[in-house]
Amino acid sequence: MLTGLSVHELAGRFRRKEATPTQAARAYLDRITALDPKIKAYMTVTADRALAQAAAADARFQSGRPLGLLDGIPLAIKDVLCTRGIRTTCSSRILENFVPPYDATVVTKLLDAGAVILGKLNMDEFAMGSSTENSAFFTTRNPWDLARVPGGSSGGAAAAVAADLAAATLGTDTGGSIRQPAAFCGRVGLKPTYGRVSRYGLVAFASSLDQVGPFGKDVRDAALVLQAIAGHDPMDSTSVDVGVPDYSAELEGGVKGLRIGIPAEYFIEGLDPEVEAAVRAAVETLRDLGAESQSVSLPHTEYGLAAYYVIAPAEASSNLARYDGVKYGLRVPGARDLIDMYSRTRGAGFGAEVKRRVMLGTYALSAGYYDAYYGKALRVRTLVQRDFQRAFERVDVIVAPTTPGVAFKMGEREDPLQMYLNDVFTIPVNLAGLPGVSIPGGFTQTGLPVGLQIIGKAFDEATVLRVARAYEAATAWHERKPELTA
Amino acid sequence: MPDPKITLAEVEQVARLADAEKEKMRRELDGILTYIDKLRAVDTEGVPPTSRAVPMVNVMREDETTPSCPREDMLANAPDPVGDLFRVPKIIEE
Repeated sequence: MLTGLSVHELAGRFRRKEATPTQAARAYLDRITALDPKIKAYMTVTADRALAQAAAADARFQSGRPLGLLDGIPLAIKDVLCTRGIRTTCSSRILENFVPPYDATVVTKLLDAGAVILGKLNMDEFAMGSSTENSAFFTTRNPWDLARVPGGSSGGAAAAVAADLAAATLGTDTGGSIRQPAAFCGRVGLKPTYGRVSRYGLVAFASSLDQVGPFGKDVRDAALVLQAIAGHDPMDSTSVDVGVPDYSAELEGGVKGLRIGIPAEYFIEGLDPEVEAAVRAAVETLRDLGAESQSVSLPHTEYGLAAYYVIAPAEASSNLARYDGVKYGLRVPGARDLIDMYSRTRGAGFGAEVKRRVMLGTYALSAGYYDAYYGKALRVRTLVQRDFQRAFERVDVIVAPTTPGVAFKMGEREDPLQMYLNDVFTIPVNLAGLPGVSIPGGFTQTGLPVGLQIIGKAFDEATVLRVARAYEAATAWHERKPELTA
Repeated sequence: MPDPKITLAEVEQVARLADAEKEKMRRELDGILTYIDKLRAVDTEGVPPTSRAVPMVNVMREDETTPSCPREDMLANAPDPVGDLFRVPKIIEE
């Protein structure tokens, strides 16, 4: 089955003329038709475009001039990244009918690499959430247990890869939105260093934290997709003009002599014992492979979440002010005046979590509270960043759990604060702007995936991926797939 | 009720909500703000603020004219366009 293959396996089949891009695209589209009514990963399927792109890739292979390893590979995109001529909803009523007039830079790069875009993926509204339950349209299901959430906010992107509904996908990560769903769905999800990948055409949530990254069926696929999207973009002044290494070339280098830090503050009360056992076993595996481990301290970890829930809502309240019902998006008719139009439009267009965060951010930035909340949070952010800087003087990577627990049941977490606590181990990485990956780290006794997080120095995705690949090769957790029938 | 972090008047100031939403939202925001209050325990004396993870000052580029998005493409998403304009409710009192 072509849909069961990884990107690098599929690319090999294309080159050996054992399969064509059109065959692969059709196989995925058929599987989406059969299975996605159960998984609900896709917001929009772009079958006609995908088949046209696949036909163009067929022609390149026939003429003996394929573009690169992503040529003809069927991918899908989180619905927060703008796609020219294809509606981009952010899973929000306010953008339900928004059709962007341009492509995000990462989408342009994938198309230039010859990728076939199968469609757009469900998410928590405006990337605010940890379960896709905040999507205004529907909740995506976890392929390992359809009664459970896939994580979020990039839940559709994670579930699509886990259920073989795309060869790889793009998500975004502001506080854990790639790594947490990758953990819940048992796949690889990489958040690159802030500035490594262009944010041009990424609908903004919290601009100082947002970053685009890949989901893959294995570490090699994540490296291939990162390679395609990384690099400086003149259209995003926060993307950094530093060299992009050949990620695949360094993947198999092993971990002999590598220094691994284990942060004491991540092994706290509330951490699922099965998750803790899996992470500790992973450290042993890496030691067996020749790595050296030591305990490190990240003393401000417990304050990261609180700082984040000031900073991210503050930035969101500013970014989301653009949804005013004037230039694009929803406008609710019948308003008495301009202010009434804003109120009606935003009242009907935003869901509860988005409203909550806009209010929280507006409150934290308001006169009288600015220093106590926003100013304080920015200073705590400095301390979180310094914690990592000190740790990385002694170690090359940090290994930790991605989440305190495994995928939870739909409807189980109604209190917003309980939902936020899911991201306690991923948020500090965003505050510090560092790269982090979640890879399959084993399974619980009931068969749910456990995520292993590997955090690296700024712009050192290569080492993060090398450690991830060494662990993956030694354990082969990634070969296990959920049992799914249409 | 213990001293609330956020009052109904403040919720009304930052949002215009339907009455039914107000108290639920106030209660949830209060819970989140109480959690955020743990930041007070951190000594930040002399610590500078970090507003972005990768320090950057004044990213410069050449001031060149490049094509921008065609007007008809920009207007295609407008909820109520009139000719080349975005129509909005009247904002000036007679």
